[in-house]
Amino acid sequence: MSDFLDRSEATLDLKVVGTRPVRPDGADKVTGRATFGADFAMPGMLVGKIKRSPHAHAAIVSIDTRKARALAGVKAVVTAADFPDLASEAYEAGEGAANLRDLSLNCMARGKALYDGHAVAAVAATSSVIADAALDMIEVTYEVLAHVIDVEDAMAPDAPLLHAHLFTEGLEAKPDKPSNIAQRNRLTRGDLEAGFAMADVVLEARYTTAAVHQGYIEPHACVAAFGADGQCQVWSSSQGQFMVRTYCAKLLGLESSDIRVTPAEIGGGFGGKTTVYLEPVALALSRLAGAPVKMVMSREEVFRATGPTSGAVIEVKLGARADGTLVAADVVLKYQAGAFPGSPVGAGSMTALACYDVPNFRVTGFDVVTNSPKVAAYRAPGAPIAAFGIESAIDELALKLGMDPLALRMKNAVRDGVKAAYGPTFRNIGYVETLEAIQNHPHYTAPLEPGQGRGVAVGFWFNIGGESTAAVNVGEDGTAVVVTGNPDIGGSRAAMAMMAAEVLGLPIEKVRPIVADTAAIGFSMLTGGSRTTFATGMAVTQAAQKIVVDLKRRAAQIWEVGADQVDWIDGAAVCLDASKTHPDLTLAALAARSARTGGPIGAQVSLTAQGAGPGFAAHICDVEVDRETGHVTILRYTAAQDVGRAIHPAYVEGQIQGGVAQGIGWALNEEYIFDRDGRMENAGFLDYRMPVASDLPMIEPILIEVANPRHPFGAKGVGEAPIVPPLAAVANAVRAAIGVRMTGLPLSPPKIRAAIDAR
Amino acid sequence: MAHVVAACSTCRPFTGGTTQFEVEAPNVRRLIAELDRRYPGFGDHITRRMAIAIDGEIHQDADAAPLAPDSEVYLIPRIGGG
Repeated sequence: MSDFLDRSEATLDLKVVGTRPVRPDGADKVTGRATFGADFAMPGMLVGKIKRSPHAHAAIVSIDTRKARALAGVKAVVTAADFPDLASEAYEAGEGAANLRDLSLNCMARGKALYDGHAVAAVAATSSVIADAALDMIEVTYEVLAHVIDVEDAMAPDAPLLHAHLFTEGLEAKPDKPSNIAQRNRLTRGDLEAGFAMADVVLEARYTTAAVHQGYIEPHACVAAFGADGQCQVWSSSQGQFMVRTYCAKLLGLESSDIRVTPAEIGGGFGGKTTVYLEPVALALSRLAGAPVKMVMSREEVFRATGPTSGAVIEVKLGARADGTLVAADVVLKYQAGAFPGSPVGAGSMTALACYDVPNFRVTGFDVVTNSPKVAAYRAPGAPIAAFGIESAIDELALKLGMDPLALRMKNAVRDGVKAAYGPTFRNIGYVETLEAIQNHPHYTAPLEPGQGRGVAVGFWFNIGGESTAAVNVGEDGTAVVVTGNPDIGGSRAAMAMMAAEVLGLPIEKVRPIVADTAAIGFSMLTGGSRTTFATGMAVTQAAQKIVVDLKRRAAQIWEVGADQVDWIDGAAVCLDASKTHPDLTLAALAARSARTGGPIGAQVSLTAQGAGPGFAAHICDVEVDRETGHVTILRYTAAQDVGRAIHPAYVEGQIQGGVAQGIGWALNEEYIFDRDGRMENAGFLDYRMPVASDLPMIEPILIEVANPRHPFGAKGVGEAPIVPPLAAVANAVRAAIGVRMTGLPLSPPKIRAAIDAR
Repeated sequence: MAHVVAACSTCRPFTGGTTQFEVEAPNVRRLIAELDRRYPGFGDHITRRMAIAIDGEIHQDADAAPLAPDSEVYLIPRIGGG
């Protein structure tokens, strides 16, 4: 059960939005009928596989593919030579602008392998066994180079250089030599020195986090068919079929209209499927082989070659008055980017102090390339890392001040009218309400046993809008189909159908949502940034509203009255002209007469949605620490979040619970472990320990509904904020339980034992 | 005139370190054009890499968004998500 706090100005009379209907994809998933990326098959399909670098950093001296090509059953072999050698160009298609050259080099190394697992060649063969044999026959000669993975080691002046052309951006003057530091960003406000001079208490601390993977259950998979006429089809599991189309076109030098991408059902993405790895390679193989090619990553490949998020160092200095008023903050964030620039340190910098009203601050971020897989987006990219440092430091500051940690946060909380640390002034935010919900929850004052501890932490995420297209088509029986271009990674199909049903006045069972391919619906940005229910939902709502206008026109035509004499109430046209006695015309009745009133009933809307409201979260975590083993048990977890208006509350609760579960894994167990040669040692779920259901208590979500005035139903994005607080909430609870501040994630049993022993 | 703040360090190479501007423009498109006129190349940088917060509301790709005479405009890095 969830508690609700409705602070919206307008009380809408909603019949579908806010209810909890059965999910439209549920039956397919529980019966195994849903078709995921690896389930798709075509006649004559070949098996594609990738040869990967065993070295963390190596010059590729030569690649000899002759033996592999000669093997019976091998139909194609590709290397970087089979892809255009692209110029460096930022191109907007996935999660912000990607550099096309880097993207291409990440799909297939050219001249240099930059991490263990980097693709260097690929084959297509008639069977998996033959493909594996062919990979073994490809002879790659490497010149092994010194590698660097630790972020601070990579920043050192004498560090092995990954890219000779990389000069640090964001400095006052262009540096005279290349560096692994791709960019330095800085946010400042006020007078830092004067701020710290006013402080009664100053706290300085350094925190570290390990690289962690998104951990989606479904590995990357696709089928690609390159036709003899140049027309291509791709079936793949991703967070955006249009993103796949654009990147494949750019990386292979094709026209986007020659590529049709059909989205498969997706088994988790969390940001990690906002880019391409396999699809361009599968198309290149298919072009050579003249047959469809299927590629499916193993779990080991997912870990070694797809984006984790950054490992990082977070340095925090906070200054406060004796009453808890924050007067200064100096924060340094150093994030691993992996093999190519583009860590989420920019968002980390902007979110670091977003919950706090601090008059004087400086946040400095470093984006650092390292010999590890190129990082990819992961839920609220960059924010959980920064929040781990800030929220741990705030907790420590509360201890120093002798203040309740929630009271300290409330005292410095941002409110409507306060300028966010990243610049603009906050409007219509529900942060204080979220903090109050946690403060007043029985969990916060529930008694604890010896050996147990309680921690709190807060978090912020922007949420975004962006380009979306949606169509609503009414059938001849008055049912409706909602068509969008956004893969459903978190329940968006249900939300889309519910919003259309609400506007049309139909029961939810009469509205069927589908996710269409790139040739069947207009462009939509990918599913990410917690944008789909907000932005695509706005397009769906507007399309349904256009249909209602059309239905009223049709009814007016039938009744021979003005359109202003027709209203739409509960799924039927109602005649307002008192001189007429027409019975209401239902949607089904109007649909049955559509041929005589203007033809098929349907509408499509394309828009760029603006005004996504930000999300705030506040969490409480109770833990028990086994002092013998160092094992941490999560006893109880409560998570409050400003969600705007919950379209389907059960899905919103699921988003919160999922974000918390992933955050707990990040806090306690997950990490990339590399050997001395830079090879990942734990590329499997046995050794890379993610939490499972038996590791977790029931996570209690609290939905705070402060409506977003820019969305027709008040929705805000909800998928990202819940992963921001857990890292620090868990660490603060462990601090309370053992009396020792743990500053490096994960808080694995050996580290906790060592910390207890060192007391 | 709209008060424009470009505090992000990636803007400074274009503006010579200036971070605040007063710009008379009825909408975002004209605002970007005016900033590009003052600092050649800045407009392309804003279009490709920046989001625009108008009176607290973040806009991306919003050329037609209107600006009031006293609007507060912040140029911030474009935001993605997971």
